[in-house]
Amino acid sequence: MKKEMKLPIYFDNHATTQLDPRVLEAMMPYFTTVFGNAASRNHQFGWEAEEAVEKARKQIADLIGATPKEIVFTSGATESNNLALKGIAEMYAERGNHIITQATEHKAVLDTCKRLEKEGVRVTYLPVKQDGLIDLDQLRDAVTDKTILISIMYANNEIGVVQPIKEISKIAKEKGVLFHTDAVQAVGKIPVNVIADGIDVLSLSAHKVYGPKGVGALYVRRRNPRVQITAQIDGGGHERGMRSGTLNVPGIVGLGAACEIANREMAEESKRLQFLRDKLKDKLMSQLDEVYINGSMEHRLPHNLNISFAYVEGESLLMGINDIAVSSGSACTSATLEPSYVLKALGAGDDLAHSSIRFGLGRFNTEEEVDYVANKVVDVVSKLRELSPLYEMAKEGVDLSKVTWAAH
Amino acid sequence: MAYSDKVLEHYNHPRNVGSLDKNSPDVGTGMVGAPECGDVMKLQVKVNPETGVIEDAKFKTFGCGSAIASSSLATEWLRGKTVDQALEIKNTDIVNELALPPVKIHCSVLAEDAIKAAISDYKNKRGVNESRPEPVAVS
Repeated sequence: MKKEMKLPIYFDNHATTQLDPRVLEAMMPYFTTVFGNAASRNHQFGWEAEEAVEKARKQIADLIGATPKEIVFTSGATESNNLALKGIAEMYAERGNHIITQATEHKAVLDTCKRLEKEGVRVTYLPVKQDGLIDLDQLRDAVTDKTILISIMYANNEIGVVQPIKEISKIAKEKGVLFHTDAVQAVGKIPVNVIADGIDVLSLSAHKVYGPKGVGALYVRRRNPRVQITAQIDGGGHERGMRSGTLNVPGIVGLGAACEIANREMAEESKRLQFLRDKLKDKLMSQLDEVYINGSMEHRLPHNLNISFAYVEGESLLMGINDIAVSSGSACTSATLEPSYVLKALGAGDDLAHSSIRFGLGRFNTEEEVDYVANKVVDVVSKLRELSPLYEMAKEGVDLSKVTWAAH
Repeated sequence: MAYSDKVLEHYNHPRNVGSLDKNSPDVGTGMVGAPECGDVMKLQVKVNPETGVIEDAKFKTFGCGSAIASSSLATEWLRGKTVDQALEIKNTDIVNELALPPVKIHCSVLAEDAIKAAISDYKNKRGVNESRPEPVAVS
């Protein structure tokens, strides 16, 4: 049966995803009848909760090639990133005080690093190349005898660019440095395997993989090497002492169920989403001139498209496509009134950052929606270019980079 | 962010979009803002040299919806005003008319700057034209 298209259309699946009804179904009993505390060891209620948590731990471990004991539950990827970076910096302080990360990380990593810098940790922020990937030689050169950790994200949340994880982990291994990756955007979307990829510590989140908000996990390797992390939250010593706090049993069950579905359906789903994404890209690029893709198209998540529509400002474009949920790198759409730091890091120029739109496709999107979105975006961009003095000047052959602007 | 009805109205039906001949002595052109700041406004006025009344005003704007609305509104207000009256338009008038929130006040400031720049360009042209000696025909 064909699903009828409803407005508004959700194309913002890097921000969050809709809870899969199958995940909700798995969670439901744990809100009501099976409400025990997983740490209650002496009665049936606790045992049932614990059993559910251990099943989820295995489902998550299976998706990323880990063992269940290597999974630590958290409140989400922000906490996982905080725990990984702060916990490692603290635990390995005697070995060194240097961390290497890169410019386009999520704020949960960058701001954690800034905090650590205040506490005396030295942090190197590697730049990225124009395609959004880090330069492996620069990474190798940045490692010193004081380096304890390399933290590089698996895939970027704005431009969907997938970093060369295997090569990064090889360098980390060569130099005897731990490797953490924020894999929030990658897990459940593309194959992630902590063994094959050589990952020591990995952050993931449920709500990016059609699970519930407020739950995530940190993978902490137990063998070759055995990674140790200093807890950042003190309490009852849950999660083998790494993260105290009563476990969010329904959330954890949801995360587990979401991972199991992803494990089963990822191969087919990513093929379908890549087809839709490419169709969207082709429709936009064949009908509009001066459209630029931000970041590598080759090393990219299958469901991501980040495009700059030159001479059109992002927020005004969002206003024109207000029945489509997407996000923009435009300063006007951000709380800080600064254009996207990720796009700026690519060296694209602030003007293209202001003109960018991120499309994030997901499990519940249809081909009909892609057609609708493509047509609507083409219409609105064309209309706004009629309004744009920059488009007019460009068409007259003016080189905009050589104009002296009356900036205010 | 929720937009006011007036901002939406100007965004959906912008008034006086277009360009006037920037080389005409009766046309003043103001271009303010910068692409890397996310907004550029081009505002033009065509002035009747006899009466000093603005007979036509056109704009093109690269910017958010509030910037488009501010410049669209400015062209509406400019038409029929004298050059001196035009200079009395204040950004706060635009803020009030469009119910702009605090984060969008810079859009109204930009519109006021664009008006001033266009009028100043027109005055410069007149001033230069008036003081310039008649070209000597060489044969």
